[in-house]
Amino acid sequence: MTSVQPAYRAPRRLGGGIPPDRSRQIARHERGRALRATAFLAPALAVIIAFVFLPAFSALRLSFTDASGFGEESWIGLDNYVAVFTDPATLRAIWNTVGYAVMYGPLVIAVGLGAALLLNRKDVPLRSFFRTIIFLPFVISMAVASLAWAFLLDPNLGLIPYWLGKVGIQMGDIFASTTWALPAVTAVAIWKNFGYFMVIFLAGLQGIPRYLYEAAILDGAGAWRQFRAVTMPGLRATMTFVIVFAIIGAFQAFDQIYIMTQGGPDRATETIVYRIYTDGFRDFRMGFASALSYVLLVITLALGLIQLRIGAKREKDLE
Amino acid sequence: MNQTTTASLAPARPPARRRGSASTARLLTQSGVVAGLLVFAALTSFPVVVVVLSAFSPESEVLSWPPNFIPSRFTLENFDGLTARIPVFAQSWNSFVFAAAVTGLSLVFNSLAAYALARIDFKGRYVIFTVLIAIMMVPFQALLVPLYELISDIGWVNTYAGLVIPRAADVAGIFLLRQFFITLPRDLDSAARIDGASELRVFWSIILPNAKPALLTMALFHFVNNWNDLLWPLIMTSDSSVRPLTAGLALLTGSATGVAPYGVMMAGSLVAIVPLVVLYLLVQRRFIEGVAMTGMKG
Repeated sequence: MTSVQPAYRAPRRLGGGIPPDRSRQIARHERGRALRATAFLAPALAVIIAFVFLPAFSALRLSFTDASGFGEESWIGLDNYVAVFTDPATLRAIWNTVGYAVMYGPLVIAVGLGAALLLNRKDVPLRSFFRTIIFLPFVISMAVASLAWAFLLDPNLGLIPYWLGKVGIQMGDIFASTTWALPAVTAVAIWKNFGYFMVIFLAGLQGIPRYLYEAAILDGAGAWRQFRAVTMPGLRATMTFVIVFAIIGAFQAFDQIYIMTQGGPDRATETIVYRIYTDGFRDFRMGFASALSYVLLVITLALGLIQLRIGAKREKDLE
Repeated sequence: MNQTTTASLAPARPPARRRGSASTARLLTQSGVVAGLLVFAALTSFPVVVVVLSAFSPESEVLSWPPNFIPSRFTLENFDGLTARIPVFAQSWNSFVFAAAVTGLSLVFNSLAAYALARIDFKGRYVIFTVLIAIMMVPFQALLVPLYELISDIGWVNTYAGLVIPRAADVAGIFLLRQFFITLPRDLDSAARIDGASELRVFWSIILPNAKPALLTMALFHFVNNWNDLLWPLIMTSDSSVRPLTAGLALLTGSATGVAPYGVMMAGSLVAIVPLVVLYLLVQRRFIEGVAMTGMKG
């Protein structure tokens, strides 16, 4: 159930009664196994070492330099990190990312859970049809979703402002509003991803034994009480996984911002990854972008560790 | 391990009928649930329907107020506009090569590594496993700058190799396959080993055939994720000869007149989503089960 199960089994102890030649034979077998394992692991490890492990160290080194991608780079100590945490525009990007995560996490989970609860009822016709349609946005790229929503919400051409105008709501240009642009790019991500959370919740809901509901009904529990007393506790394991997963995902927001707002208006939708992209690849401040990358890396690692801890604790509780 | 998943996807059982007011109440909740699901389905399909309708709509109608939901006539002019602006066939091919090559290579590399971690009892396995867990949490967005420098040092910017090779293996993929390989019974391979089968033979003719569902799921994920990816191709390609479609589409948003060419954008979007939507509809069951599996095992 949890994220990771330990791979390790303690090596078999060689008993004292085993004669020396036999133990040499065992040692030879062990060397053979290690050799074969190395051969199987080599291609994947080569890729991971070259393109994840080593770059992680280069990013750390770059973050202490004024690298621009051209010419010499010199060591400037912690200057980039100082800049990350003092430059108002960068702090704003970090703050926007946190705001994005705070909106995205709870909403995508609530909508996904809502859809899962509806779809979990056995007496609903066309269940698999509904499931297919509701999950559909998940296979559509965020880029395409952004283009479609930019069109739908365009104040001069879009269907949504037009229809809302007909019922008396003047929406205006939300992508020109420093208040509404960030919620709008968040909403596109919720639209695209809630089907994923729905499917995970559906699996979680199926894991709750039926008799618990039957017992609750016998005790006279209504729908809300059943939800509070049976469904929510039954989903606790799923919930911890999903919350951390959603927050980590939120900290990587980029695509819809690049396509819909380019970080605007007035930096209102700039996020950490958007700044890594523009600083590193448009303004060629690669040292600074690397420092910001490390901030992202540390945040993600911390979230990942929290998830591992919760998972391990839960496993202990279950034992 | 996956019972829950499969159970969740079992077809709905016919509703149990009861008499009298109970059945009226039941009918009411049932219609409420169906209404809720209809709202969700409308929300998810509406933008997709708009993409399809606008792609075939005359550009003058797309760019007029009040907007038309259903175009007055269907035309292919937006697709002409699309091919005039970006090399859409070449870029679709690039998307396919990129996604298919990553899928193929990473299935081979990941399953080999997963096999070693799941089925070979060797010293150092715990160390490798722990290091991999730590690496799995590193977000690739944090490595963009050094990765770009590395790829440009090798001379792979604007090449398929630059797009594909850094993604030829990934820790999350290795873990998911490993979790699946562990569930296969040990007897499967010990019998073959006693008969003198080599490790490669056990892997190829015993483990892989038994892991087909997991492999298919991983293949789908890799293909869809890479076909849809924006940031990585945006950085690694500037030349249309290798640039995939998603990154190509992003360039459509700007226009000289200041009005976004939505008709063309919707035509491009349609080209980008049709292959995946078809693939999804063909194997949606496997797809959704796969998502449930990653969620449970994460």
